[in-house]
Amino acid sequence: MQSTDISRPDYFHKVVDCQWACPAHTPVPEYIRLIADRRYTDAYMINWKSNVFPGILGRTCDRPCEPACRRGRVEEEPVAICRLKRVAADNKSGFAALLPKVAPHNGKKIACIGAGPASLTVARDLAPLGYEVHVYDADKKAGGMIRSQIPRFRLPEEVIDEEVGYITALGPVMHLQQRVESMKALLAEGYDAIFVGTGAPRGRDLDIPGRKEAAANIHIGIDWLSNVSFEHTNKIGRRVIVLGGGNTAMDCCRTARRLGGEDVKVIVRSGFEEMKASPWEKEDAIGEDIPILNYLVPKAFIHDGGKLTGMTFEKVKAEKDAKGRRNLVPTGEPDQHFDCDDVLVAVGQENSFPWIERDIGMTFDKWNMPIVGEETMQSSIPNVFFGGDAAFGPKNIIWAVAHGHAAAVSIDMFLNDQDISIRPAPGVTVISQKMGIHEWSYDNDIANDSRYKVPHRDKAVSLKDVKAEVELGFDQILGFKEAQRCLNCDVQTVFTPKVCIECDACVDICPMDCITFTEDGDEAELRTRLTAPAINLGQDLYVADGLPTGRVMVKDEDVCLHCGLCAERCPTGAWDMQKHLIDITQAGPKCRTR
Amino acid sequence: MTYILKPKLHHPSLPKNALGFTRRDYEGRVSTLCAGCGHDSISAAIIQAVWELSIEPHRVAKISGIGCSSKTPDYFLSQSHGFNSVHGRMPSVLTGANLANRDLIYLGVSGDGDSASIGLGQFAHSIRRGVNMSYIVENNGVYGLTKGQFSATSDKGSKSKKGVENTESGIDLVALALQLGATYVGRSFSGDKEQLVPLIKGALSHHGPAFLDVISPCVAFNNHTGSTKSFDYVREHNEAVNRLDVILGRTPITAEYKAGEVREVTQHDGSVLRLRKLHDDYDPTDKIGAANYLQERHAEGEIVTGLLYVDPEATDLHDRLDTTARPLNQLNTADLTPGADALAKINASLR
Repeated sequence: MQSTDISRPDYFHKVVDCQWACPAHTPVPEYIRLIADRRYTDAYMINWKSNVFPGILGRTCDRPCEPACRRGRVEEEPVAICRLKRVAADNKSGFAALLPKVAPHNGKKIACIGAGPASLTVARDLAPLGYEVHVYDADKKAGGMIRSQIPRFRLPEEVIDEEVGYITALGPVMHLQQRVESMKALLAEGYDAIFVGTGAPRGRDLDIPGRKEAAANIHIGIDWLSNVSFEHTNKIGRRVIVLGGGNTAMDCCRTARRLGGEDVKVIVRSGFEEMKASPWEKEDAIGEDIPILNYLVPKAFIHDGGKLTGMTFEKVKAEKDAKGRRNLVPTGEPDQHFDCDDVLVAVGQENSFPWIERDIGMTFDKWNMPIVGEETMQSSIPNVFFGGDAAFGPKNIIWAVAHGHAAAVSIDMFLNDQDISIRPAPGVTVISQKMGIHEWSYDNDIANDSRYKVPHRDKAVSLKDVKAEVELGFDQILGFKEAQRCLNCDVQTVFTPKVCIECDACVDICPMDCITFTEDGDEAELRTRLTAPAINLGQDLYVADGLPTGRVMVKDEDVCLHCGLCAERCPTGAWDMQKHLIDITQAGPKCRTR
Repeated sequence: MTYILKPKLHHPSLPKNALGFTRRDYEGRVSTLCAGCGHDSISAAIIQAVWELSIEPHRVAKISGIGCSSKTPDYFLSQSHGFNSVHGRMPSVLTGANLANRDLIYLGVSGDGDSASIGLGQFAHSIRRGVNMSYIVENNGVYGLTKGQFSATSDKGSKSKKGVENTESGIDLVALALQLGATYVGRSFSGDKEQLVPLIKGALSHHGPAFLDVISPCVAFNNHTGSTKSFDYVREHNEAVNRLDVILGRTPITAEYKAGEVREVTQHDGSVLRLRKLHDDYDPTDKIGAANYLQERHAEGEIVTGLLYVDPEATDLHDRLDTTARPLNQLNTADLTPGADALAKINASLR
């Protein structure tokens, strides 16, 4: 098998599973170490640079990092990465003084449409470089869906104000309560580049019998949440049905519980496992006495002369067809009826671009979505870029941030006459962690603790107040303990074959049986004859040849604890623990070096 | 020195033996020997062998003398009995323990200083008495704890780290053990666990004095050019005569071998030693042939490894002394004071 090229930044980046899985590639272990060291402001800065909204994401992120976390493969549960981010945000101090200095105006004007996470990321990346950034939004305050759709009991308004404030402090011109009605008109205003970050603002409706007649008590989920957020709505009926299985449905049902809903249930077409909502959000809903009923397809709204009284559902089951696809087919059982006073429909969101004229040269696909470059975020009009839910349909905040960074890089390169299709490589810093003969500058001892639970506010209290934050966050002590569970996967095991004497010390000490010295072979065959079988094909084998006996060193990256014992027991320094810090290149001089 | 404990976490697919233990359950403390020491590989091989044999840890007594090698019982089988005895006196302590309790499995761990210098007499007599034990010498050819002087097993002509040549003859413990009546004799190399683990398993299941000379490079003082016990030298001059599989009880035989490649030796207790031949004419049951072959190859500068000699009909000290079948701690008052009638009978038989 080909020897591993460890000089490729992606190789060791992939070993840092959390960072690799994060759309914004936040250097997770680096900030977790800083939290353990009580350097909260520094930890916050790393996050802020990478994901722009650490306090917000530390409460609401979809956490793609956590299912990827190596800890989840070596014991029960991953590190509570998301909630550690909040510890940094909660305990930092004097951050405003650390904001970047804004460079003198460079003569270029950018318009960002929508003031949600994608647009604000673009503004944050470009404003300090000297661009004149104009942000347009229809709402009174900036924040977009962060402010309108996420309930206050998950995300207090002060946190939004603070983190949005760090961006507005960089000097973008905020055009609030100003809806952009025409792309054509905006293009005529002479902006050098335009970024569209308008989200997926339209909640999908459910066109079944009774919808029109009972309309007064049927609400579109995201619109209703937004009305609650802006305090236009403050109550709901006693019996509420929430339709849909995503995170919006979870927000709807929990909000309903706080506005007078006593008998709130979620009813979903799919099975429980297939629901789109994050497992912890389902868990929180169930914890608030909200049953989730599965395999029920809405059939009709039942009303009494226009007054909603309930809903009927058809019972279905999942079956695989001849091609192995899962289909929901009726079971033939009688329809089920549930009484209710209100229904919240949270069955999906759609993009909507009525304000983009179709005769301005922008190409749309058959689903009426603009054609956007996956890496460049560029539309078919070269100086118009898209990001967030507006680009490829509904995703989440962290994806919006990642899109924002990519679009900012594209805009910066584009306006500096660079080829935006050649993306800048990440910055990589490599530092050996060796301090003495057997000492390392990171804490290599492995904590045996199980994942700590985030303390919650008393249920009786939190269910009475839609603004009372349910999660109280880790305090400093719990934060330290949870941080110690991190395996420091960015401290890489780096092997130098030419000094190896094949004494087997690393093989003998490795607690996870990761290392093997054996005859070379092709990868599939090699995986079967290692010290422990390498069955996780998603994880690479680190292969090195050039050993005295002609064998190869094979290390299965899968469950390595990065404890450094291989390097500690190595007599010749063939193993070394080296921190590989991978820093994704953002807009600025570094991305336009060509 | 390693300052952290070896993490408790282990590979999710770590297998269990017939007793439900993983290999990790047979480990000891983290080694305090120099990083890369061959002895640590031997400890790992012992752990692997005892785990594979599904031996209950409390049935093993590990006994050692003094030296780097004799520290190692701390690094394996932490749930077993242990006795870190006086320099060179492991064989006597082991003999005593064995006589008192014949039910345990005795693992003597020693080094070239402990066995070939101060303890040479002890070594010789425990072998010739036929104590049922596995006697492992972790042989690195130097006194590591006192910074690398030549030991008694260091080959004549071998060079020290500073380039000084050894002018004295080396003791070949394998040749001695053969001559003294060891009934299971092997030599191996710490850097070749595929060979070493089965040899240890064979020794542990052999009924009689089993002796293993394991060449174990001293990374700190004897792993340089000019040394005959360095990783490179041993790898270059290693002449393995066979590869061993140990088959206990009625374990079905699954591996396939070509005819003529394998020789099976069935021991007295029914266990089978299956030897894959690497050398056509080598007969491991021929003691004189083995001794001659060792001398020939030694003269050529080769190191012969593998299972060199086995006597399938071996007996031990208890058999020869016709001792009581039970350990002494299981004998009760009735057994130990049979009464005046019994004494009268004995006296009568002597008249």
